Formats: sequence, C-alpha cells, structure tokens
Amino acid sequence: MEDLRNKARELLAAKAVQVVVGYGRGTGASRRAVFIQSAAEAGELLFDNACRQNLAVYLMKPEVRKLGKMALVAIPATLRTILQLASENQIQDLELLALVPDASGAVTQLATFAAIEAHVVLQDNDLSAAEKGELQKYEIMGMEQRRQFWEEHFSRCLKCYACRAACPLCYCSRCTVECNQPQWIPVPAHDLGNLEWNIMRAMHLAGRCINCGDCSRACPVGIPLHLLNQKLISEVYTHFNSRSGMAAKADHAMSTFKPNDAEDFIR
Amino acid sequence: MAIETTSIKRETLEKLFSNWLSEGKRILAPKKLGDHVDFALVGSLAEVSLDQVQTVQSPKIAVFPRVEELLAFQSTDGNVQLRERDLAVLPETVIFGLRPCDAAAFASLKAIFDWDTPDKLFSARLEKITVVGLSCSRADEYCFCTSVGGGPGAAAGSDILLTDMGREDFLLEIISEKGRQAVRSVSAGLQPDAAMDKESRLARVTPAFTVEKISSVLAALFDDASFWEKQSLRCLGCGACAYVCPTCACFDIQDEGGASGKRLRCWDSCGFGLFTLHTSGHNPRPLQSQRWRQRLMHKFSYMPERQSVLGCVGCGRCSRACPVDMNMVEHMRAVAEAKP
Repeated sequence: MEDLRNKARELLAAKAVQVVVGYGRGTGASRRAVFIQSAAEAGELLFDNACRQNLAVYLMKPEVRKLGKMALVAIPATLRTILQLASENQIQDLELLALVPDASGAVTQLATFAAIEAHVVLQDNDLSAAEKGELQKYEIMGMEQRRQFWEEHFSRCLKCYACRAACPLCYCSRCTVECNQPQWIPVPAHDLGNLEWNIMRAMHLAGRCINCGDCSRACPVGIPLHLLNQKLISEVYTHFNSRSGMAAKADHAMSTFKPNDAEDFIR
Repeated sequence: MAIETTSIKRETLEKLFSNWLSEGKRILAPKKLGDHVDFALVGSLAEVSLDQVQTVQSPKIAVFPRVEELLAFQSTDGNVQLRERDLAVLPETVIFGLRPCDAAAFASLKAIFDWDTPDKLFSARLEKITVVGLSCSRADEYCFCTSVGGGPGAAAGSDILLTDMGREDFLLEIISEKGRQAVRSVSAGLQPDAAMDKESRLARVTPAFTVEKISSVLAALFDDASFWEKQSLRCLGCGACAYVCPTCACFDIQDEGGASGKRLRCWDSCGFGLFTLHTSGHNPRPLQSQRWRQRLMHKFSYMPERQSVLGCVGCGRCSRACPVDMNMVEHMRAVAEAKP
C-alpha cells in the first residue's frame, strides 16, 4: 500500500500526472474510486481484494478527463480495457499511466501501450475455472430453457442502464436506445424492451468485452449479464481465435471487414 | 383517529392473510428471490421475508409501476378514438411488511402526482392500497430515516404498523380507518396491548444531519460548481438510484404501435444525460455534476419549498444500489458542512 501511495505522491509532485484514479475506503468494508489530485491526498489510496471496480470506466468520463493526465490503478481487467479502448481509437498512447500493484504491494508503472501489452500477455486472460463452470451449466441448457432463463432474468430489468454506465466499453455518446428516428429499442422496461435492450448491448460488446464483470456487479436486480458476455467471449475465441483487450492495435472479430472473407454473405 | 394499540399472534396474522386473499385483495410483500429480497405478490405469511434491512426495490411499484398504460388509441381514416383505463379494475392491494420509511414515502409521491392536476391513475391506485408497515429491528450504515423526520418505528403513512416482539407476537398499531377495516375480520383475535415495550425492539439509527441545516445551505450552494464536481466525480450517471427510490416520480411518456396502440408511462431519471436534452440539441444540464445537484436539490430544496414535503425518507436504497458507492448520508453531511 505504501508503495502505491509513494508512487502517487511522486507522480503528482513531479506533475507527471494531474490525477491518480485509484481505490479508497468506501461504505463499510467496500472500496470506491478516489481521484487523488495532490500528493497530500495520496494517503487515501488503498489496495486489497475488495478493489474490484474497473476504473478504466473513468477514462471515458469527460469530467474526469478534464482533470488532466491520469494514472490509473489497474487490476488485470483494467489493463485489457485500456488496450481495447486504444484499439478502438478512444485513447492515445502516453495519454495515461497504469499503476499495477502486485500481491506483495509492489507497484509496476506501465507508461506505454507497448508496456501494457507486454504485461497483459503474462496475465491469465482466459475465463477463470469458476467462470467456465458457470458457463458450462448454461451451455447444457436447451434453446427453450435458455429462452426461459433470460426471460425470467430480464423480467426484472428496470432499464436503469447501470450496466451501460458501469461498462468502460459502453462509451457511445449516443446509445442506440437513445435513437428514436427510428426507435430501434423500445424505451419501456416491458418484456420486449428489456429483451431487446439486453441482447443489443451484449451483441454490441461481442468481440469487445474484456470480462471485468462490472455490468453484473452494477445491476441492482442481480441479472447475470456477465454470462451473456462470457458466452460471446467463448464463441468469439472458438470461431475467430481472438481475444479482446490484448493489443493496442487489433482487428476486431465482429467489426473488421476483409474482401477475402471466408463467408459469402458479407461480400 | 387516535392510534389504537393491540397485539396479534403470528397465527392470527396468518389467518388475516387468508382473509385478505379471500376478500380478493392482492398482497405485495418482501419475498426472497434468489439472493436478494424484493416486493412480490405472496399467498401466505410464510412466503414473506421479514428480517432483511431493506428490499432492493421500493413499494412505489404498487402505485407507480415501472411501465403502465395510460390510454389506448385507434386511428381510423383520421378519426382518433381514445380508450382510457378502467380504474375500477385496478386491484385492491395490501402492501405488507414495508418499512416505516417506505410508508412515509407515499406522501411524497402523492404530493407530486396531486400537484396542480391530480393524476387519476395514481390516485386510484393509492386509494386501493392498504399499508401494513413493519418496524425495523435492524438498520445498516445506509439508513438515515431519523435525519429526515422518520424513525424505525414511525407510524406516518402506515394504516397498520406491526412491530415484531419476538416469540410469535406482534405489536399491532391501528393508525387509520382503512387499517381498522383491514383487521376487522380478526378483531376477536387481537389481544389488548400487554405493556409491550416497542422501543426496546427498534433499531438505533443515529441522526447524521438536520433538514434545517441542509435547507439553509443548499440554496446558496447551487452555484458552487466545484463542490458539485467534487461530490459527483465518481457518479456514472445511471438511473439505479432513482429507480429504487421510493419517492422518485419522474416519468417519460412513450407511444407504442402505429395507427392503433398504447400510450405508456415509464420511469425516467434526472441522472441520465438524455433527461433534459432539448430537441434543438441544447442540454441545460450537460454535466453529471449538474445532474447530481439536481437530484439533491429536488429532494431537499424544491420539494420542501413547493410541496411542503421532503423528497427523501432515508431508506438508503440509492446508496445500496449505487454501482460506485455514492453514499447519500455522506453526501448530505458534506452539504451540511459546506461553506458556500
């Protein structure tokens, strides 16, 4: 912890960055995002297993960007998000620093996309054993069962869009649900509106989601949105041998057109 | 009417449940659904979850559902026919086991829906609910009812208030005529209050701020952009807080269908950027900090000024539901301590 705080003090004092976005004390035992803008505040930084939010979501928030160059305390998913955002031309190299604390508390500073790529390949970026187990349970369901499964879960959806807000890759300034000429997705949180909203969001994240799980954690009514995304991650890996968030320049499985595509329908 | 205090055995309460159901009333109560507790229709007292601090959603769904039809329309050769809702078919509903904060929230909703032109649909639903509150024996770090005029055993808003006295005994306070009617079928089974010590069963919720202090600071704080920016930097602008809030009443109107269709009322939230976006493209609240300010100002300044009622009952749901831990008690404390 002291390494992280010292690193933040050093960066802020040297004006190498204007803000360190990290974790601090939250309600009860929880942790929350803190925005450290002076060396004197660096003592608020914490790092432990309760730090789970993917702070890369703040890379796309105008009010946070406005603060200046950012150092971001990064868990593995945060690093994948940075690379994915880079590959989608949303952030530029050298625009930010990543601070990666390890189990011992030592902090690695990654200043370039190349450095982040080199770090990310050393991580285990696959679904965890527990995630694979949960996905297998889902996959053994038949189509009808799956439909019922999602209808039941989506029946609780409030359309509060917490999933979208918490997702660092849902950065569109105008989301499809906000387009009403034509109205692609019904606004009301009724069965059809909820089904179309959640499926649309999952499809827009296919080949892009880096599996941080913040959508599910954000959902106030406990819809297992991560399952949709993990299913798509697994499909994209199987069919395209592609994993998102691994490189700052990448062809995306679901949004890259090649004239010599193997499929006929796309030509 | 004066509050009438009696006591009731759990088995009599069970009988009351079946009486309500046979009278054709629906019972909406906290129910364990997977790993969370939320309001759902129940068929017996056994289905009701009584020991959670709070449900995820608020019981406002009984009077202000997340989607509801306002009217149906049919256009034939330029003639538009409207079909209004038949208010008579709205179900009589007993809301059972809601907390005193939630019971108090109906007054805030009513103040909004009755403002200027009373909302017929809302009023019809409100008339058909019977509110059976349950005092809180536990609170958590998100609760702040005592800072906004409520309390873990407060009667306001309930028709009947129960307090679990342990050993299958409940203290039963009859607060309104509606409440008296609701327990009439078991009146023989109501015991006189045997000096039950209600206070000893209640959660302790320490006041964190005073409404007087908040109101005196808020108006002057409106223009302090840096205060609101600092307060809302981690807010991501979703609608979770508004949708679980028992008093948030903003809605959007959507027409569905072509020549023949329905006009629907759907929840909306001032946290969304789209909420105030004008057709011209201009947005008077382009920043999340302004939207966060609006949320607090509306509840703690505009509603008390215009409707003489607070827009917050201290249930803490907004803070529990927030994906980034925006904790309302802390924010209100910061307002109280601000030097505008």
